Amino acid sequence: MNRFLEVVRRDLRLALRQGSDSVMVVTFFVLTVVLFPFGIGPEVNVLERVSAGVLMVTALLASMLSLDRLFQADYEDGSLELLVLTPAPLGVVVAAKMLAHWLTTGLPLMVAAPVLAVLLHMQAEGFAILLAAMALGTPTLSLIGGIGAALVLGARRGGVLLSLLILPLYVPVLIFGVGAIDAAVQGMSAKPHLMILAGILVAALALAPWASSAALRQALE
Amino acid sequence: MVPSMTTPEPATFSGTHLACLRGGRVVFAGLDFTLASGGALVLLGPNGSGKSSLLRVMAGLLRPAHGVLAWNGQPVGDDPEAQAARTHYLGHHDAVKPVLSVAENLGFWARLHDPHMGRAGRAVDNALDRFGLSHLAAIPGKMLSAGQKRRTNLARLLAAPSPLWLLDEPTTALDKASIKALEAVLAEHRATGGMVVLSTHAEIDLPGATLMQLDDFAVAERFDEPLGEELAH
Repeated sequence: MNRFLEVVRRDLRLALRQGSDSVMVVTFFVLTVVLFPFGIGPEVNVLERVSAGVLMVTALLASMLSLDRLFQADYEDGSLELLVLTPAPLGVVVAAKMLAHWLTTGLPLMVAAPVLAVLLHMQAEGFAILLAAMALGTPTLSLIGGIGAALVLGARRGGVLLSLLILPLYVPVLIFGVGAIDAAVQGMSAKPHLMILAGILVAALALAPWASSAALRQALE
Repeated sequence: MVPSMTTPEPATFSGTHLACLRGGRVVFAGLDFTLASGGALVLLGPNGSGKSSLLRVMAGLLRPAHGVLAWNGQPVGDDPEAQAARTHYLGHHDAVKPVLSVAENLGFWARLHDPHMGRAGRAVDNALDRFGLSHLAAIPGKMLSAGQKRRTNLARLLAAPSPLWLLDEPTTALDKASIKALEAVLAEHRATGGMVVLSTHAEIDLPGATLMQLDDFAVAERFDEPLGEELAH
């Protein structure tokens, strides 16, 4: 547990000192969402109809931006070898890195999302559910993304390969995230959608760190 | 300041019939070694003779194609975490983060290896001192020269004690004074019952070390896949 916190603290410190990643992710999110009213016109009805989908798709793309750096920097400077040789299960170290990734990308996206929802005229009923869906969905993105980041380690043009590998796996999060918000806006219960999102998160929590560890060991052989 | 290391129980680290395959080629085969507390093993041989591969096998980064590594007769595969806890591996890269200071870099690795924070704090200062890095403690990693990075990486050995040190060409980029400091640290480590395995092309003074020529274990011609496979089983 101490080692888990130690890795989280180090990755957060690295992210704060380097600064650019979190800022870049949120800026990308905001700018892309802002493009939509320009692209499809300022009509309230149209924007309101697409708001949930636009926010979720954009958040999903934004969280992928910094994913290829998750293990790459450590791989290049030799830190990854030492992390693998830490006297603790590798899954613990990997889970710590995924948590740090979520704290530096998923969390800022969650903070920015309601502001952008106002911009897209989302109905007030959808706001709480939007936050709930993102709170359950974005950690899953970091977890599943971590498997992809470990698999493409050492590959040329890993970033592009990573998107091809990971985007299909993000589809369930997208479907149920948007489903939850649409249900709430139409006055139905969002609970079933959120329960499924929570289920996906629990499954990813249990599987992703170990799958990622196996991929990392393979990359270092 | 002298490190407050307790003398560990006498132990042996050994390998039997080790073989290593890289890209379908047998790098070495039928390699045996035994190392007791206080012992040192120096790996020699031309480029590509498998010095780094053997060290990576010993560290657990690479699975041997054949053979067993054992600590006190127990196969290390039975408890990889215990093996990791008693091993320090130093590879080609220095694992120094450009935006963290020397002390932060070192402190992180020390606490990760041995999470007793208080002890790590004092040990870090001592380790920096031994490798002449005290005045650089607050300097970010990106400002360091290659030799200073290497010394920061070497300081890891002292910042969190472990009996088995696996060093892959530790003298790269070091000046004469630093090599002297390293020799003193290695001698002290062995005097307190530690073990050292290192590969080198440079002169390094390790009294009483066993020399191992890796090219003695090379297999002359390339094996075809089926034969390589056979060896793996």
